Amino acid sequence: MTARVGVVTFPGSLDDGDAARAVRIAGGEPVRLWHGDPRLHGVDAVVLPGGFSYGDYLRCGAIARFAPVMETIVDAARGGLPVLGICNGFQILCEAHLLPGALTRNQHLHFRNRDQVLRVESAGTAWTNAFQPGQEILIPVKNGEGCYVADTATLDQLEAEGRVVARYLGGNPNGSQRDIAAITNSAGNVVGIMPHPEHAVEALTGPSLDGLGFFTSVLKHLVGAPA
Amino acid sequence: MPRVVVDVMLKPEILDPQGQAVANALPRLGVSDVASVRIGRRIEIEFTGEPDLDRAREIADKLLANPVIEDFAVRLVETDETVDAHQ
Repeated sequence: MTARVGVVTFPGSLDDGDAARAVRIAGGEPVRLWHGDPRLHGVDAVVLPGGFSYGDYLRCGAIARFAPVMETIVDAARGGLPVLGICNGFQILCEAHLLPGALTRNQHLHFRNRDQVLRVESAGTAWTNAFQPGQEILIPVKNGEGCYVADTATLDQLEAEGRVVARYLGGNPNGSQRDIAAITNSAGNVVGIMPHPEHAVEALTGPSLDGLGFFTSVLKHLVGAPA
Repeated sequence: MPRVVVDVMLKPEILDPQGQAVANALPRLGVSDVASVRIGRRIEIEFTGEPDLDRAREIADKLLANPVIEDFAVRLVETDETVDAHQ
């Protein structure tokens, strides 16, 4: 049976189409979910895509967190549903307290849009088990508010528990503390990543096919293959 | 009608690049005696009935501020003061 992976569209989402396409290319069945509909329509995993939900009003992700679909996703994620938040999706996961810390204005105040090398630090999550620990990958980054911040105790805990999922290599694009590009919750089913794996799944449009690994990982995770 | 004003500021230990950018621009206006600038947000809430500071605190804690990076303060103001602030 093909795994059903939900992709949520909020008002102002931009990358929902690319995320759904990445799911399809990886071999899953994308299911479009609507922010105003609390039902998850039997999906096995959820992607919160990039964009500017609710115009980034107040703070990025602050209003999306209270969308009807998010109330359901927060409960389901606590119960183990794999959830990947990309860019704005990462911001939403932090605002929803599914992930610790916060994403703030890039330190240099410039929007950064470039292909970015990352080092996958943890291949133990639902979304990164297709990678080798330490593997270097190239995917696009594009954000204005991607600077990851948390207090020192939280950062130390993330490091100690192996919950830093990916780090920026070859230049930190936004000032994120400890070069953090992606983190996970303690169960490893919820991952937030600032760069965009869904834009690196086809040779025609991406700098590599490295992003595909995030989507094949969750399919592997759902059939119970060992990481 | 009195309003509740919520002031939201980044915590002191959180870098404020907007404030820094403004501070760095001030010398271009000929201002050289400003040590630092920090930027926050002021939110005015009007209740349908009596203003409710506790309810305002709850709104601020859940939505208006992100306690991970921001502090907030709530206070009651008369409408006149609100108008003055806009002049």
